[in-house]
Amino acid sequence: MTPSGDAPVRMGEPSADGRFGSFGGRFLPESLVPACQELEAAFRAAWAPDSAFRTRYRALLADYAGRPTPLTDCERLSEELGVRVLLKREDLTHTGSHKINNVIGQGLLTLEMGKSRLVAETGAGQHGVASATAAALFGLECVVYMGEVDTERQELNVFRMKLLGAEVRPVTSGSRTLKDAVNEALRDWVASVETTHYCLGSVMGPHPYPWMVRELQRILGDEAREQCRALLGGADPDVVVACVGGGSNAAGTFAGFVDTQARLVGVEAAGGSAIGRGIPGVLHGMRSYLLQDEWGQILEAHSISAGLDYPGIGPEHSYLADAGRATYEVAGDEEVLAALQLLARTEGIIPALEPAHALAWLVRAARDGTVAAGSTVMLTLSGRGDKDAEQVMAALR
Amino acid sequence: MSGPEASSPPDGRQGWQASEPLARGVAVEPALRAARSSGRKLLVPYVTGGLGARWVEVLQAVVDAGADAVEVGLPFSDPVMDGPTIQEASLRALEGGATPPSILDALAAVEVPVPVVAMTYYNLVLRAGHRRFAKMLVDGGVRGAIVPDLPLEELGDWSPAADAGGVETVLLAAPVTPDDRLAELCARSHGFVYGVNLMGVTGERTSLAASAQVLAKRLKSATDKPVVMGFGISTPEQAVAAASHADGVVVASALMRLVLDGASPAQVGDAVGAFRAALDRG
Repeated sequence: MTPSGDAPVRMGEPSADGRFGSFGGRFLPESLVPACQELEAAFRAAWAPDSAFRTRYRALLADYAGRPTPLTDCERLSEELGVRVLLKREDLTHTGSHKINNVIGQGLLTLEMGKSRLVAETGAGQHGVASATAAALFGLECVVYMGEVDTERQELNVFRMKLLGAEVRPVTSGSRTLKDAVNEALRDWVASVETTHYCLGSVMGPHPYPWMVRELQRILGDEAREQCRALLGGADPDVVVACVGGGSNAAGTFAGFVDTQARLVGVEAAGGSAIGRGIPGVLHGMRSYLLQDEWGQILEAHSISAGLDYPGIGPEHSYLADAGRATYEVAGDEEVLAALQLLARTEGIIPALEPAHALAWLVRAARDGTVAAGSTVMLTLSGRGDKDAEQVMAALR
Repeated sequence: MSGPEASSPPDGRQGWQASEPLARGVAVEPALRAARSSGRKLLVPYVTGGLGARWVEVLQAVVDAGADAVEVGLPFSDPVMDGPTIQEASLRALEGGATPPSILDALAAVEVPVPVVAMTYYNLVLRAGHRRFAKMLVDGGVRGAIVPDLPLEELGDWSPAADAGGVETVLLAAPVTPDDRLAELCARSHGFVYGVNLMGVTGERTSLAASAQVLAKRLKSATDKPVVMGFGISTPEQAVAAASHADGVVVASALMRLVLDGASPAQVGDAVGAFRAALDRG
């Protein structure tokens, strides 16, 4: 499917001013502009085809993080839903989510830029854990900002980050969730930019982050496409689906399939649906769809999943939505919990709450015919559910 | 790549108003140039719009205490360039129901004899619409705007609307801004050039950052426009030091801390008076 009458949508480099269509850009205080320019130049040089950086990045993802991850053909779930479900198993990476792909890349870049400290924001804690892991691996100092609400609902991840040598700073401003953790990380960065790299965890923020993080995540989409073709006799899946908070696993996934005929579907949390309920605006350095009031004040997102509790979405997703190349759906807390249990019981896989949103949409879409019986669906299982066990236990009680 | 600087009326606010009789408020750059010509250092206090029931009285008190211009914050939910004090002030104002129209309507109802410059974040501008936002400002008597998350590269939509509407857009220069960028920034800044004293967010500091005077000197050699330094100026002594190589200072968090702690408008005015007296002594 291509947008009506237009050239096919590609997920290539953004324009020189960091735009995907009218989205993206670099809306940042002057103090941080030179650092983003430096980062853009460093990444562009590092990401040249056949560079030493790429070789090292790929080697670490293979030998340290456990790539390639498998594609699992889910027989019992498929039988239950009447569609063939293939899962891209990012839950099986080191640290348990796709976030490791990004931080290995950004950690290496930090060394290339001669910086010694990482700051990161985290919602569910997956990116915080991944950042702390990369910092330990590369010998970098690491400070992770995490909303106070999230430090409470993700206590185990807080402990893991500390074990890995990172300092976790609970954020008490604003809604005390992911959005405010980004604010605090930016405030830290503006004061420490000479020695510090901001290791942003998703395809959001100012240019070059949305492009850079998508490129660092496209390995999962490229792998999945090859694996699908091997499994399907050279064919592509009919539908490709991934959950979307900021949208990094979805961006990496879509990058692998954007030039196929596959229908691309991103699934947001019902209480944080930037595409569904948002209006274009500027937050955290980017122009994108945002939940906001009539005067431009940012609204709080609400979700059982800390990782999807974000009022915005990566700018390239806003572009893909407007261009009609991807559609964005929502899933609510209750159906997410049901989908999580369904996967656990039929396949022996406990997903994180975030990818359980993608699964919840698929369950609904398969049952109501939105996805036709007999279709093949590739779903990115972006992370494992261990971190959420306590919260799910409480919710199901 | 120093661009040509726009010439300004030499004679301050009277001449400007005569040439644009329909615009409300006092134009920024002519007034600041006139004040500078009179030999005094410029003092620009900041007040968070909508903070408390008496915020307009606070504004009047700081003006009466010797402000050369006044900055009014239009609060945003996610002020990433601001430290804890302005964050708290913004949040409280928003909780009190402050909106851009409520603040600008209140400003429209009073005569402020010095330039008023709005300080806000870009999403408020974007949400209202560029031309509409510029008109809202001027209708409220506000003739300058500081939008810290709009760097040079992103000015394209706002600048033409601001220029056409009679709003002077003040740009911020940082200690890390390279020379060529500093020149362009000075050329495109209107009203004055805002020098950011330090690498960091707004908020009170125990001492003035060493980067402040270095940047002030660089700005003064790059432009003839008024150069006003801000961020972290907490005491009259720091203000004097910061102004020594520049044309003046912004004082923000130190004043809003007083308001948050319950100070009356008169007490905030007294604090501004102390900054005024110190700057006048030099």
